[in-house]
Amino acid sequence: MNKLRLTRWLVSLPPTLFLLLFFAAPSLLMIVTSFRYPGEFGGLAPLSAPETATAEGDSGLYGMTLETYRFFFSDVLYAEIFLKSFAVATATTLICLAMAYPVAMLIAQSAKKYRNLMILLVVLPFASNFLIRIYAWMIILGPESAFSHFVNHLLQALGFGPVMLLFSPFAVIVGMVYVHLPFMILPLYTNLEKHDPVLLDAAQDLGANRWQRFWLVTWPQSLPGVFSGSALVFIPVLGMFAVPDILGGTGDILIGNLIKDQFLGTRDWPFGSTLSIMLMLAVLCVAGLSTLLARPRVSR
Amino acid sequence: MALLELRDVTRRFGDFTAVDAVTLSIEAGEFFTLLGPSGCGKTTLLRMIAGFDVPDSGQILLDGQDIAGTPPEKRPIHTVFQSYALFPHMTVADNIAFPLKMSGKMPDEIKESVKKALEEVQLSRFSQRFPHELSGGQKQRVAFARGLINRPRLLLMDEPLGALDAKLREDMQRELIHLQKEVGITFIFVTHSQDEALALSQRIAVMNQGQIEQIGDPSVIYGSPANRFIADFIGKINLMEAHVTQISGQNMTLEIDKLGTTTLPFKPGIKTGDQGVVAIRPEQVGVHALASQAELTHAYTGKVLDFLYVGDVTTYIVELDCGIRMEALLANSSPGRARFFEVNDPVVVSWLPEAAHFLMD
Repeated sequence: MNKLRLTRWLVSLPPTLFLLLFFAAPSLLMIVTSFRYPGEFGGLAPLSAPETATAEGDSGLYGMTLETYRFFFSDVLYAEIFLKSFAVATATTLICLAMAYPVAMLIAQSAKKYRNLMILLVVLPFASNFLIRIYAWMIILGPESAFSHFVNHLLQALGFGPVMLLFSPFAVIVGMVYVHLPFMILPLYTNLEKHDPVLLDAAQDLGANRWQRFWLVTWPQSLPGVFSGSALVFIPVLGMFAVPDILGGTGDILIGNLIKDQFLGTRDWPFGSTLSIMLMLAVLCVAGLSTLLARPRVSR
Repeated sequence: MALLELRDVTRRFGDFTAVDAVTLSIEAGEFFTLLGPSGCGKTTLLRMIAGFDVPDSGQILLDGQDIAGTPPEKRPIHTVFQSYALFPHMTVADNIAFPLKMSGKMPDEIKESVKKALEEVQLSRFSQRFPHELSGGQKQRVAFARGLINRPRLLLMDEPLGALDAKLREDMQRELIHLQKEVGITFIFVTHSQDEALALSQRIAVMNQGQIEQIGDPSVIYGSPANRFIADFIGKINLMEAHVTQISGQNMTLEIDKLGTTTLPFKPGIKTGDQGVVAIRPEQVGVHALASQAELTHAYTGKVLDFLYVGDVTTYIVELDCGIRMEALLANSSPGRARFFEVNDPVVVSWLPEAAHFLMD
């Protein structure tokens, strides 16, 4: 008994240490950082005034402060960026769901011998570099592309002016959906594949038409898959900065970009940390809500 | 007019004919069983009646109307599946309410009907449980309640008792007979278990290789099997190769291989020279101590080879002097006595002439 417990401890020690060192400690650092003043050229201002003569341009701000949080809540701009990020994440999640569901159903209903091949095809895009795929979209949506010409011709025929597809919220969402679609397909497929087909026969036998069979039998049973897939799309999209950087316009800044700018651009580490913490709290809320909703009403 | 009529219904899968020109009619209120070994086509036939499969040729008539083009959801026919197929994400009450919702009943009416149905199957306490929280027998009852709630013309059952243990199965059989009498709905029951078929049905159709071999009430199927397959498939039976040597008036004389001649009542259609088997049920075979030989007709000496004691009855395997082995079933009805004979005991085996049937090949 004791030996078993010891083994368990030993086995779980390396991952525990790893997480303590590279997750818990940095998180703590980030929390502490958010209550400090920024240093002159990045980093943090010292906790107390240096004893030697102050350098020129010293702000004279030392110690702990709530300044960054006050700043965050004082400007409506940040709330707007948060809201916009949530809107983009929500739209991406819903579009992914609508596109992934039929695909996952198709795979789940295919003959067993083809399923693994189809899953392979779904994850195949991961084999090429993420940035390259996003840059490819830059070309596809670019003003000289065939796709752009086609869309603008169509719009013209309908009496609308030409539009710029690239560097727009549209391009951002297209990129986000493209990158995250497999993360929606996989959990949905895993769920749908487990459904007992005889239940659909039973529903049909008892008078349910095609539509009722889907909404009353397939859909409710697939909810755990829907929620886990949504979480896998929604949360990464919320923090994504590369896609809006490359495909979005100047007005399409999301939280991810904002945080990145604090650390690499304006070099305001405390404010970057504050933004990260606010994002983390928001994500935790969403994740908690999703777990609550996805909690299987049918425990197996 | 028959409630359900099948006319020359045939279904092929590639080269394999699953259902071969089946014709039968089922009257309203009947408890009808399709009995046969697995792969005999009984489930395919059931799926065609339910509408999940379509015959390649032939007609399926419900109340005289061809229902070939009617999809399952539009047929007034419900199925109880072997696996019960209860919806795992719905409570017992919601499962039972499902067919009523599909037929567009009002919520108040649904609530009332579900309540009554739950009382009928004694599951009122379980209305808010999910299927995985029920025992096998309870799931079974929910499946029946769901199948019966909006009073279909026909309830199809595909080996619904297969997953239950022996004792529970017997209880469910009694409950099922009771339920059918009460609701008066026509049941078509599919099973490979002959015990179940005999116990439940008013009429049985025995199927083999896609064809119906015999239709009749249980005592006819068991007592006068139409051919060798049925005799062998339903219950235990002693089969002895024989041929007809002479027919005279009401009787016919047979030569049983190795055993000798015997006389049986004449059955029409049999002529001199026909090959076949003489079939006798084990419980119709008597086993006696050697001394009593004198008073018996159709008596043959032999010795006990083995016996199988199962409590209420004992099966004795007797090897006759001519080498034929026969099974005899003796009820252990005398108190205090577990068996009548030991292995190697010399015995006399006998049967009444009416107990034996000649079945042509």
